Amino acid sequence: MRKLGDIDTKKNVGQRRGKVGQSHKHDSADKHVCGSAVYIDDRPNVVGQLHAAIGKSTIAHGKILSLDLSEVTRAAGVVAVITADDIPGHVDVGPVFPGDLLFASEIIEFNGQALFAVAASSHELACRAVKLAKIEYQELPAILSVEQAHEAKSYVRPRHTQKRGDSSSAIADAAHQLAGSLSIGGQEHFYLEGQISYAEPTEDGGMVVHASSQHPSEVQKLVAEVLSIPFNLVTVDIRRMGGGFGGKETQAAPWACVAALLAHHTRKPVKLRLSRTDDMLLTGKRHPFETNYKVGFDEDGLIKGIEIEVSGNCGISPDLSDAIVDRAMFHADNAYYLDQATITGHRCKTNTVSNTAFRGFGGPQGMLVIEGAMDDIARYLNKDPLTVRKLNLYQKQQRNITHYHQTVEHNNLQEIVEKLELSSDYLERRRQISEFNKHNPIVKKGIALTPVKFGISFTVQHLNQAGALIHIYTDGSIHLNHGGTEMGQGLFVKVAQIVAQEFSVDVQTVNVSSTRTDKVPNTSPTAASSGTDINGKAAQNAAQTIKARLLNFASEHFNVELASIEFLNGQVLIGEQALSFAELVQLAYMNRVSLSSTGFYKTPKIHYDRETASGHPFFYFANGAAVSEVMIDTLTGENKVSRVDILHDVGASLNPDIDLGQIEGGFIQGMGWLTTEELSWDSAGRMQTTGPATYKIPAVSDTPEIFNVALLPDEPNREPTIYHSKAVGEPPLMLAISVWSALRDAVASISDYKISPKLNTPATPERVLNAVSQIKLRIENSKAEEPL
Amino acid sequence: MSSKPIRFLLNDEEVSLADINPNTTLLQYLREKLGKVGTKEGCASGDCGACTVVLGEVSRERSSTAEMHYKTVNACIALLPNLHGRQLITVEDLQHEGQMHPVQKSMVEQHGSQCGFCTPGFIMSLFALNKVHDRPTREQANQALGGNLCRCTGYRSIIDAAMTAANKTDHFDSSSAITIRRLQAIADDSVGTTIELSGNGYRAFSPQSIGELARLSETYAEARLVAGGTDLCLQITQNLDQFDTLISTLDVPELCQVELSEKGFTIGAAATYSQFITPLSQQYPEWGAMIERLGSLQIRNLGTLGGNIANASPVGDMPPVLIAMGATMCLRKGDRIRQLAIEDFFLDYKKTALEAGEFIQSIFIPNASDTTHLKIYKVSKRFDDDISAVLAAITLQLKDNVVSAIDIAFGGMAAIPKRAVKCEAALRNQQWDDATIERAAAALSEDFNPLSDARASSQYRLQVAQNLLRRAYIEISSPEVVTQVITHA
Repeated sequence: MRKLGDIDTKKNVGQRRGKVGQSHKHDSADKHVCGSAVYIDDRPNVVGQLHAAIGKSTIAHGKILSLDLSEVTRAAGVVAVITADDIPGHVDVGPVFPGDLLFASEIIEFNGQALFAVAASSHELACRAVKLAKIEYQELPAILSVEQAHEAKSYVRPRHTQKRGDSSSAIADAAHQLAGSLSIGGQEHFYLEGQISYAEPTEDGGMVVHASSQHPSEVQKLVAEVLSIPFNLVTVDIRRMGGGFGGKETQAAPWACVAALLAHHTRKPVKLRLSRTDDMLLTGKRHPFETNYKVGFDEDGLIKGIEIEVSGNCGISPDLSDAIVDRAMFHADNAYYLDQATITGHRCKTNTVSNTAFRGFGGPQGMLVIEGAMDDIARYLNKDPLTVRKLNLYQKQQRNITHYHQTVEHNNLQEIVEKLELSSDYLERRRQISEFNKHNPIVKKGIALTPVKFGISFTVQHLNQAGALIHIYTDGSIHLNHGGTEMGQGLFVKVAQIVAQEFSVDVQTVNVSSTRTDKVPNTSPTAASSGTDINGKAAQNAAQTIKARLLNFASEHFNVELASIEFLNGQVLIGEQALSFAELVQLAYMNRVSLSSTGFYKTPKIHYDRETASGHPFFYFANGAAVSEVMIDTLTGENKVSRVDILHDVGASLNPDIDLGQIEGGFIQGMGWLTTEELSWDSAGRMQTTGPATYKIPAVSDTPEIFNVALLPDEPNREPTIYHSKAVGEPPLMLAISVWSALRDAVASISDYKISPKLNTPATPERVLNAVSQIKLRIENSKAEEPL
Repeated sequence: MSSKPIRFLLNDEEVSLADINPNTTLLQYLREKLGKVGTKEGCASGDCGACTVVLGEVSRERSSTAEMHYKTVNACIALLPNLHGRQLITVEDLQHEGQMHPVQKSMVEQHGSQCGFCTPGFIMSLFALNKVHDRPTREQANQALGGNLCRCTGYRSIIDAAMTAANKTDHFDSSSAITIRRLQAIADDSVGTTIELSGNGYRAFSPQSIGELARLSETYAEARLVAGGTDLCLQITQNLDQFDTLISTLDVPELCQVELSEKGFTIGAAATYSQFITPLSQQYPEWGAMIERLGSLQIRNLGTLGGNIANASPVGDMPPVLIAMGATMCLRKGDRIRQLAIEDFFLDYKKTALEAGEFIQSIFIPNASDTTHLKIYKVSKRFDDDISAVLAAITLQLKDNVVSAIDIAFGGMAAIPKRAVKCEAALRNQQWDDATIERAAAALSEDFNPLSDARASSQYRLQVAQNLLRRAYIEISSPEVVTQVITHA
């Protein structure tokens, strides 16, 4: 440009908002509260734009004998109808392994499977039209449970085993043995914004896609493959999602592909928004698991050997299930040294929708097994479960190697547990609760402290990379782009803070723009809690590149030592003089210094060898602990979480209030998974819980009245992560295991803590009442036996 | 009789609507017709609150002290006749002269939004709450927000935003005198008329007098009556049904009255829960506590007593209580009026005694005597905004520890809300003791054979019904025992 813009040379000087380590509001907070944040469905319709809907199967398993779409085609407003035959490229959009057909064409494999799609002049007309399909099936027997899958040897992937030593002998040789089993329910993501994509054909035969997806690069790849065009003709743009939680990691892509196919056929922009019911029928959930364990332990409750078998209900295809069941296995130890251990994970194939990533990614299910075992051991030995937990915690110098042979370094589990035990007044409250339970025949209270140790990194090594792109314009404003997507977690503000920190400017100087595949290519999903860790580092790398250029330029231009140039609170101090950041930027531009750079990061140290089931899959561990107190009604099973105390390790927090929001939100989401959120299917494999009327996520009254959440102070991550922070997305979800354990504690009180009750999840009032009834029956039976 | 268009204030701009398909929901109207996309669709079934908007109404007392009242509703299950004579306020309207509303500021300060998709709905609930409570308590905040789901925050920050929002005069307050005048002008112009909306061959009438309602109901005997629409709209949004003719009862003044006489309550069929909860709670706190858990505030602001009865759902929460209270209903067809006991209204699953062209005019709840024990128990998976697995309603009188009067009805236990006849018989004129209760509990298994569904199994429903009887026994005979984990404010 010939003439540079005017700049305020005093702008932002002196004070700087959004320093790293300080709380700063979400980048879109003002827009959220004013209703001006734009989600895909809020984009204005363009002339000629069409709306799509999906036609679904109504049986779980069978052959399609005929698919008559003539009435669909003739329906009001319908412009195009497509089936698998209309796909120019790949029909299978499986993200890792094959198995995810965009449309089934011969065999139906689950109830609600997509068969065809319609584009019509309105959303309503499209939804109306798909109901007119006439489909004839020849039904086949369906596999609907893990048990049936095992019987039929129906698996999506081979099983995997992690092993250390001789667990079988260790269990047999131990002073005591116990065994148990647990059914763990799945969980619907229930992001408030359902799945949605918008595709617009380009003049080159390509496609611009706006998707609500955690993985823009994969959407780009799959859209290109489905259309059979090069990747460079597809651009994916994602400004924000109305929630993701893993549900938009792989399973947002099919809808983008369908929108793109319809756009390709009609040469019109097409929007595909799933209704809530379609969303719940068509997309996968957290995996339900069937689990069992055998453990041997000594008089104190110290584990000598353990065998754990977990079987994930993967649904019909592999999707991400291999890694999810792996992560369940990686977390079968949670925070405990298992000694001699054999962990086996099965990937069961059933005629249900393919289950997928969900915050924790199998980790929660793995942890639940060992936490259940801790309670069982404690009841058996008549000890406080916390005593048994503390005894088995990983230690610092010995008993510090996991069953997959990674050393647990920088271990602060013991400190966290002990601090929380004191701050929550656990022992005194345990005493008061026992006292309360002695005097109250109907309502019983329970309490539990459970720790969390969660491994941070993708267990698939190559995903642990990230890119960023920074431009500085001649008014000193900074444009930031990176591969991470914003789904509410505060990633954008954190990365903006990191970039602002490098240049020591106000965070408002940095504009975070939508995630686009044409700006930062070949990105990994925003998943595995890694968003800030990897994208923050990549953005820092880009910022440092530009900063180095500015420093070198200033040093040369003003003829001062590099060491005497400092970026400080919106200014650049160069020897004796001070320039505003924008002034230096303008000067650099006039002197032909590049003000744009990419950045890159790859996580060091990580590897895992599946052959030997050993390695260092996690860069570090994020730890925490929670104490939950509950009340149950032994007449109805109704229950309430009355108090929760949490101490969680986020390293050196980049933004404490954002981190607290992740911890609180994760905890409540985990609590929902373990209590009220129950998925149900009928005997034909049709989901019965297809909306919020029947599927109950936590509501406002479920939040405990006393909810003390603290970040572990003065504990920077000792690994060289971004400003020594720790990932926070997933780990807090598992703090909610304390709620389940406290419910079991309350039920156990009926037996004076002698019996460890069986309590499958979710622990709905019905399951709690069943646990109460079972324990009462056992007490009755044992009384009846005594006189003999 | 000439018909008139719907007239309402879209924030401060008067809008007149006559030609639009009356099966259009308020949310579709906002997003698709007006392009006001701040209000979100999360479920289209009134369960998540993302579409919450506020309707401003002039208090019904016609006096110089008329005030604006602001109520939240779910736009996804509200129909356009709901707008008539009211001010529609959406999230876009809260900023004034570039400044955010105090509830918006508070939400930002407390980090109450994450993904932001539910936020506009929460903001509208907070706005309405801010209009009635200076510094709401936690219970008041929970009441106001129970119908708004957030999947990200865990609610703590939002509760804090509710409790700390500044309460000061906003631009709605400062212009309320003008707003009231404008709305009253619409109301004055509508007295005795019928509001009509038609489009795409569908039509809706909203009669403004009971005479008009009676006439239209007979003339269009095939029409669907709609009150709050909180259930009917699900047929539109979930089944994609379209109703040829709708007759809305919600603005019939005679149907909206709530009267307390020496004999009892007379509640107009179109009175919303929010209208009668306060007087009913004063006399029957247990009943008020249950209604606070019936749907959400958004639902209670639209839903009506007549609708809950006429809908004849096996899991409606009001009918079992009305049966146990011995309530009766007044039905009208043309000029004919007849009385019917509530329990005689329900014939079979979703089948009622209502004749074609007939409507429910009012419900009469006779006063319970001072010595009557009233027990109402709602059991559901979730505390807020959940449909009951089992609802138990018991009225009982004891004389010398003998059961002298007993009425027990349940929801969720049969295809209709139903009296537990055998259970009652096992209790009537018996000693109020353990043995009687156990016999009565056993009799429940003869009264009911409940079904299993996504909410609960048959076995659980029966066990809970029996245990609720035991709970009532414990509460009456040993009041010192703590019997419930879920206590009300």
